[in-house]
Amino acid sequence: MDELQIFRTGVTAWLEANCPPSMRTPPGDGELVMSGSQVEFQSEDQRLWYERMRDKGWFAPGWPLDLGGGGLDAAHVRVLETEMTRLHCRPPQINLGIWMIGPVLLEFGTDEQKQTFLPPTARGKIGWCQGFSEPNAGSDLASLKMSAVQDEAGFVVNGSKIWTSHANHADYMYALVRSDNQAAKQQGISMLLIDMKSPGIEVRPIDLISGKSHFCQVFFDNVRVPAKNLVGALHGGWGVAKRLLQHERTAMSKFAELNMPGPDLVGVVRRACAGSEGRIANAVLRDKVAGLEMEAHVQRLTQQRIVEMAKARQDVFRAAATMKYQMAETEKRSAETMVAALGLQGLGWESEGFSPEELEVTRQWLNAKSLSIAGGSSEIQLNIIAKRVLGLPE
Amino acid sequence: MAMLFDSEQQLLADTARDFFAQHAPPAALRKLRDSKDELGYAPELWRQMIDLGWSAIVFPEAHGGLDFGYKGLGAVFEQAGRNLSATPLLGTVALGGSAVMLGGTEAQQAQWLPGIIAGESLFALALDENPRHDPSATVMSAHAGGDGYILDGEKSFVVDGGIADRLVVVARTAGTPGSSDGLSLFVVEAGSPGVRRQRRNMVDSRNMAAIRFDQVAVPAAALLGQAGQGAALLDAVLDRARVCLAAEMLGVAGWLFDTTVAYLKERIQFDVAIGSFQALQHRAALMHVALEMSRSAVLAALTAIDENSPQLPALASLAKAKLSETLELVSNEAVQMHGGIGMTDELDVGLYLKRARVQQQLLGDASFHRDRYASLLGF
Repeated sequence: MDELQIFRTGVTAWLEANCPPSMRTPPGDGELVMSGSQVEFQSEDQRLWYERMRDKGWFAPGWPLDLGGGGLDAAHVRVLETEMTRLHCRPPQINLGIWMIGPVLLEFGTDEQKQTFLPPTARGKIGWCQGFSEPNAGSDLASLKMSAVQDEAGFVVNGSKIWTSHANHADYMYALVRSDNQAAKQQGISMLLIDMKSPGIEVRPIDLISGKSHFCQVFFDNVRVPAKNLVGALHGGWGVAKRLLQHERTAMSKFAELNMPGPDLVGVVRRACAGSEGRIANAVLRDKVAGLEMEAHVQRLTQQRIVEMAKARQDVFRAAATMKYQMAETEKRSAETMVAALGLQGLGWESEGFSPEELEVTRQWLNAKSLSIAGGSSEIQLNIIAKRVLGLPE
Repeated sequence: MAMLFDSEQQLLADTARDFFAQHAPPAALRKLRDSKDELGYAPELWRQMIDLGWSAIVFPEAHGGLDFGYKGLGAVFEQAGRNLSATPLLGTVALGGSAVMLGGTEAQQAQWLPGIIAGESLFALALDENPRHDPSATVMSAHAGGDGYILDGEKSFVVDGGIADRLVVVARTAGTPGSSDGLSLFVVEAGSPGVRRQRRNMVDSRNMAAIRFDQVAVPAAALLGQAGQGAALLDAVLDRARVCLAAEMLGVAGWLFDTTVAYLKERIQFDVAIGSFQALQHRAALMHVALEMSRSAVLAALTAIDENSPQLPALASLAKAKLSETLELVSNEAVQMHGGIGMTDELDVGLYLKRARVQQQLLGDASFHRDRYASLLGF
């Protein structure tokens, strides 16, 4: 048995022994632990699983031991992740500090920044939020305006960030700020680490069309940030952010399969319009459902083809550039069809008279609207295809 | 499931791309159309394809085939579609040949496959009796008589029906129209007494015929498979042909799309290339998304045939439905984005538009296959 194989056997045994059975089921909405100084647990099993993984250094298994990580190389990290997936272990905690800013600090951070921020982050003591989007800088992120004016002690920050997940529980924010008004828009941006307890910060949670959410708007009024909290070069924040967004894509793909599946299209419509032998009685809806199931099917096949192309070292961009658009639009149309099939029963807001599934359909329908907005809107996806795949002129 | 072409399949695709572009471009179809060619295809082109081994690709080595699989055949179909090349490939290989291979006894295969492979015999599948594809609607009857069966009925829209020397005929030995029970398949000599064929001139210049069978006597040995149990065999044959047709449609859609994107880059209005307008860019991008999804569907379905996957029926319907939708979108956008010139017969776009619509209807349109897909998935 080679060393990696021995490691795998050990990992499997440890996970079997230490991951409570209730932590080996798909997490429901809001059932993942957000780590940070204000960490909260919904069950004893959650706390146990959290503490055991933390003490093992496996919140950040790939970080160096002296920075609070597990000291594993990429191959060993992959073994750990594979085994956790295979055994259906939930991630013990969620923290943008570990998936996003941590790797960036390992690459671009000063020694002082690494020592100050990484060990407590790896132990779950610092929870992070991301300050990128602004009310007037969404799809066009580089037009962001939150200003950071330099003085002897550091920076004075004024402005606002929006769509900041969990800002109301976070200890620190990594934020993109405008440090030079004169430069071309990508060139005048810096990245700062901002203590959320600083005077002058106000956090307001945002209610969405679907109800309560983890999104917040954060206001900055003459907030002081020390010079040592600048990440990378002054005015070099755009390059750091691009690197960070690569980590985001990796993290997103890791978490994509984690979520509990929502209401399923065929099941919902079949129950709403039951015909004989499991058929959907309404011919128009049945045709629509078949079309949508087919779109989801070709999408899965394309995902599979992309994986095969990548393995064969073929250029995947032509195919991969279509996925976000296709997934978002199909998901939205499926949600619309479920609501339509349920009729007014699919448009209830609170429990009286509506089943949990019906309310879930309603929430999912509203939530799905964000799929073609967040993370690069559908229009941006089409722009990317038109320009970078098809080579259509500016 | 490996969806990508392997190196041999890729080589075949490259060879087919060059071959059809050189020997059977759209101009060749135009010539057949304008000269009102009786055959509707060029025998010398078919001869060259035979020499390249393309009639042999899917058939077993025991009968002179290459046993190379439908994925290879699909690669040829895509390139034929890209050039609108008129060939007997669909009727003779994908439909007729598949029927003999899947339904024929050793003796029947030995009797017919070598002729197909050598280019001595052309086949067609005489199935539909109505303008819209519907195998279970078959009315044509076959009853015991003479030393075999007597066939009586009428088939409309038989692809390659006018040029085939043998027809695989679907007839009812039992059951009532609307049910797939009681169907049987027979191989009938096209020259048999009582067979009358009439050419149908279609919008796409594809070879099509209406065929009347008037008390046509066939020997017992003409029956493929079990009498009355033909529905499963027919499904297997149709699914192979549907997937090949979807591959051909992918070629048609690919040409229309590439041609249109090129035009968006070169056509100047208001002093700029019209491809710089976002209204057109997004519509072009939508076509690209549809085409990538379509390619995945075709590759998955071709692979399913070669792997003998139980998923084939659903994947065949998926491919045929998706390609029908994609082709309708891309062909309409091609005409629209070319503007006035897109309405002219001089431009090849019109030929592709017309071929597209015929392909969409053949072997079931998108709504037929959505219905079938839903039934296969149990809803």
